Amino acid sequence: MIVLENVSKEFNSKSGTVKAVKQVNIRVNQGEIHGVIGYSGAGKSTLIRCVNLLEKPTEGKVFINGVELTSLPLPKLRKTRNKVGMIFQGFNLLKTATVYDNIAIPLKLLGYNKDEVKKRVEQYLDIVGLTDKHTNYPNQLSGGQKQRVAIARALAQEPEVLLSDEATSALDPETTDSILDLLLKINRELGITILLITHEMNVIQKICDHVYVMENGVIVEQDTAINLFTKPTHPTTKKFLNTISQRNLSNSLIAQLNVTGAVSRLTFVGESTGKPLLAEVSQKFNVQPNILTANIIELKNGIVGNIVVHLIGDKEQVKNAIHYLEAQGVATEELEGHSHE
Amino acid sequence: MSRTDQFVEQWLPIIGESVVETFQMVSISLFFSVLIGIPLGILIVLTRPGQALANKFIYQLTNLIINIVRSIPFIILLFFILPFTKLIVGTTIGVQGVIVPLVIYTAPYIARLMESALLEVENGVIEAYTAMGISTGAIIWNVLLREARPSIVLGLTISTVSLIGATAMAGMVGAGGLGDLAYRFGHLRYEVDVMYATVVILIILVQSIQSIGNRIAANIKKD
Repeated sequence: MIVLENVSKEFNSKSGTVKAVKQVNIRVNQGEIHGVIGYSGAGKSTLIRCVNLLEKPTEGKVFINGVELTSLPLPKLRKTRNKVGMIFQGFNLLKTATVYDNIAIPLKLLGYNKDEVKKRVEQYLDIVGLTDKHTNYPNQLSGGQKQRVAIARALAQEPEVLLSDEATSALDPETTDSILDLLLKINRELGITILLITHEMNVIQKICDHVYVMENGVIVEQDTAINLFTKPTHPTTKKFLNTISQRNLSNSLIAQLNVTGAVSRLTFVGESTGKPLLAEVSQKFNVQPNILTANIIELKNGIVGNIVVHLIGDKEQVKNAIHYLEAQGVATEELEGHSHE
Repeated sequence: MSRTDQFVEQWLPIIGESVVETFQMVSISLFFSVLIGIPLGILIVLTRPGQALANKFIYQLTNLIINIVRSIPFIILLFFILPFTKLIVGTTIGVQGVIVPLVIYTAPYIARLMESALLEVENGVIEAYTAMGISTGAIIWNVLLREARPSIVLGLTISTVSLIGATAMAGMVGAGGLGDLAYRFGHLRYEVDVMYATVVILIILVQSIQSIGNRIAANIKKD
């Protein structure tokens, strides 16, 4: 379990004090995967480095499984850090060591005996699927394989939580998917709690239970992945959602469509995805739905459907139709167009 | 008897002795220079602002000392520190007398080369090891020095070559060596053959040291 309580981090520079992280609260329960998403400069990298005290928070407390890291003296902090694995965007492997040694060296330094080191290296290389590469050097591996070695290195210490600092940001989409699958697998099979930061919405979509949207050092919105994908409220959250599905129509198009009816975004989740609701609407009310865009997003814990629909009919009927849809568990959002003169 | 045979018979023992002297001077002073230079290089990297043991005072003082020593040409340093040499080894002449100035000349040079070698190591790797709860000492040895090995070897190769150059001046205090031989016999007594022979030996020596260094560095580099 990872708990951050009112964590803030300030940096002093020549041009004054920069508050990179402001009063952040995060709680990742045992076995969950939480993601912090934000643009570069949002402070998310500083935030995740505050979790294992690579950056010492200026204010606030950090707990890992109930132990307050922020109050530990260095020797004890080192011991607790063993329980917190971390993977990085740049992999951070030893270039001069083989895959095997990259995993074995930290274990030796942490005082494990030879047999235990060998056992663990083999076990975790197997989990990440790189058993046949143990004599290779990092430069002979692809980016995805390097990240797998880094993951095996982190896992070999049998941590209770794993921190992922943009672990897939340097990888191509296909490799990203395979690394995300691996993270899901270790989360499920080893029960490891994961906190990750990313700027890619598909990472959140694929593996996160809970999402925090960060901007200028502040968590501006947070919710379960399903709720956040269904009812985003903050403009930044909406911008991120637009990166994985084309959700926006141009203002002028909406204004044009508004003449004959309302333009509404309907988000279906859970049970409502199964019902032919639009057909019902056209029968029950004098409204003709015309689908403008539609997509479906598969989240870790469910499916979210998204339709932008033009509801053609008179105002009263359209209003009733929208109420009916809401009553059926569909989230609706009316899109207003402003034609530019 | 051919001219070559005559030359060999007459000069080989002397040249051989000079080679031995050069080797002695280079290896002994390299040993002590490494002993001082490498920790000094590590110190100035670690006390740098933002590093593990950041300490402005030590960092700037070390930098200042290194720069001062490195500003003095060897031939001047050799005489400049005569009292110090006498204090340390009890004599100012012979191989013993030249070791002290050679070390003082080379150690700061090695420290600078170490500094640039160590700074090449990605900070991220050090951070990854810190995050794993590994102590700073273990990180210095197993990450910093390990990853910097190829550059360290190249740096030491360069230092060795410059050290061989510096030993040429050792003749000034009667320490002998190839440089001294070339100067005394080749230049002062106009034995051109000796001059050529020494130069050829020096070229071969420097070439082989550089090739060996390059090969070792390439071997441990792995990329």
